[in-house]
Amino acid sequence: MRATRDGYGEGLVEIGKINKDVVVMDADLGSSTRSFMFKKEFPERFFDFGIAEGAMVDAASGLSYTGKLPYVSSFAVFITGRAFEHIRQSVCYPDNKVFLCGSHSGISVGEDGGSHQSIVDIALMRALPNMRVVVPADFNETRAAVIASLNWDGPTYLRTSRAKSKNIFPDNAGFDFGAKLLKSGSDVTLLSCGLMTQIAIDAADKLGKNGIDCEVINLSVIKPLDESILDSISKTGKVVTLEEHSVIGGLGGAVSELTAEKLPVRMLRIGINDRFGQSGSADELFKHYGLDIESVINKIDEFMRR
Amino acid sequence: MNAKTERLERVAKELRRDVIEMIYAANSGHPGGSLSAADIVAALFFDVMKYDAENPHLPERDRFVLSKGHAAPILYAALARRGYFDRKLLNRLRRFGSPLQGHPDSRKLAGVDASTGSLGHGIGNAVGMALSLMLDGSRARVFCLLGDGEIQEGSVWESMMAASHFRLDNLVIIIDNNDLQIDGPVREVMNVHPIAAKLKSFGLETVSIDGHNLDQILDALNTYPCDKPLGIVAHTVKGKGVSFMENNVGFHGKAPNDAEYKQAMKELL
Ligand SMILES: Cc1ncc(C[n+]2csc(CCOP(=O)(O)OP(=O)(O)O)c2C)c(N)n1
Ligand SMILES: [Mg+2]
Repeated sequence: MRATRDGYGEGLVEIGKINKDVVVMDADLGSSTRSFMFKKEFPERFFDFGIAEGAMVDAASGLSYTGKLPYVSSFAVFITGRAFEHIRQSVCYPDNKVFLCGSHSGISVGEDGGSHQSIVDIALMRALPNMRVVVPADFNETRAAVIASLNWDGPTYLRTSRAKSKNIFPDNAGFDFGAKLLKSGSDVTLLSCGLMTQIAIDAADKLGKNGIDCEVINLSVIKPLDESILDSISKTGKVVTLEEHSVIGGLGGAVSELTAEKLPVRMLRIGINDRFGQSGSADELFKHYGLDIESVINKIDEFMRR
Repeated sequence: MNAKTERLERVAKELRRDVIEMIYAANSGHPGGSLSAADIVAALFFDVMKYDAENPHLPERDRFVLSKGHAAPILYAALARRGYFDRKLLNRLRRFGSPLQGHPDSRKLAGVDASTGSLGHGIGNAVGMALSLMLDGSRARVFCLLGDGEIQEGSVWESMMAASHFRLDNLVIIIDNNDLQIDGPVREVMNVHPIAAKLKSFGLETVSIDGHNLDQILDALNTYPCDKPLGIVAHTVKGKGVSFMENNVGFHGKAPNDAEYKQAMKELL
């Protein structure tokens, strides 16, 4: 069990060794986002901007204009929300190669409460032209994405979690932008990202025993969306999305935009139903917002009966 | 030192005990910045501010905005002792369904004048409240408490600019200058000094005080500048009152363990 934020930190150290133009920036949350792992190895290439996310993102753009490869982190809620306009004007509009990482995403941050729970960051980042959006499902995938990103052009948003989770992918899997089939099935396609992928796997297992044969696909790259998911959806004829994010504008939004145009099918979006988060343990909140395994099974079961 | 400041010092110690109790019970939360602000909050809620806990939405009340929202425990401790809610609630800090959210939520708890948590927003809310009260011809004042790390946010300075542009002499901006943020000492992470000179240059009437000296705190809060906002730079010690938390960056956002809890409560007797 490791957290995706640790995959970010380890990935940074790897790319720091590979390319000396890699620079890392944080806004007073370096131990939480894990960017401090890079600071420990390469202190001269680490810049703490203090609690000034906007200025940090603009400066990242400046570093990019002058040949550096900036990796910039804070909590997801602050880097995408507080610095949104800085990202739009300075990173996405000029299509600069800036890598943004938002940690402590979703409601799994728990006790800090609604002010700190990022539930619209995927929507915000996905709406920006040129932005790439990656929500890895485990430590290995996160680390691989960070290493692979050295070869990507333009801006990227990577969303990580504080909560630890099981590894789903092997540590040598590498990273590409394709959807990943985790289990084939014939009745319904489950598309998930982040912490919800493990829940999708577990739910599919249980549902299989109730006679519902789920196809499970990890869709960590939400933009650009891999349209090959349409093959699975046309096979099963039904699609369910699972994300630790608002049902508006995130993974569910992206998939429904695609299917509405190319392959209208019955769809269920599992996520946070247009409400803010609140304090509580991660488990309590997953239950309350209907993202825990039981709720997910019940929702899919009901969807299949309708 | 007189009877009043002695009383307020006792209050501040009680508030500090509540802070430790709450964070220990929650097993998460922010002790350092709650303890550094305890004396200022005691002076505000137990002497300076005019309000009625029985009638928490009274339009003519003074307002308090905790811009450094992570110090919620010190605000909750003061509200509880002033009778805004049953003290039993204090051990529900950060729990599911509790009005005592990890960061203050104005929708869930009467007495919280503005929802905060993301740094650098409370001060702008305070500016708006002060403008509104001024429009109404109200004599109420607005007090806003910020962290010294928090003032690295550019929005803080946009709000300072607006506060003095609109001549908000009903607004008091207090900086809890405890010299620490999360990643380390403020001077090392991202230097914001000189703070008092910055406030002054933004047009605030500015005083620097010892933020643990109640005489100085009261004197400062009872200053009424004309046509300009008041800025108070309060020199404080993060974790003040608990020896092993004092000046310890590790206790910014960490609950005490069993032994630390016992030790802290002993020191705060
Ligand atoms: C916009 C924003 N960025 C980051 C954080 C995370 N954070 C919470 S407290 C804190 C440090 C605050 O330091 P300071 O203002 O000095 O507060 P104090 O020392 O009084 O606790 C940070 C970075 C936040 N709450 N809001
Ligand atoms: Mg501080």
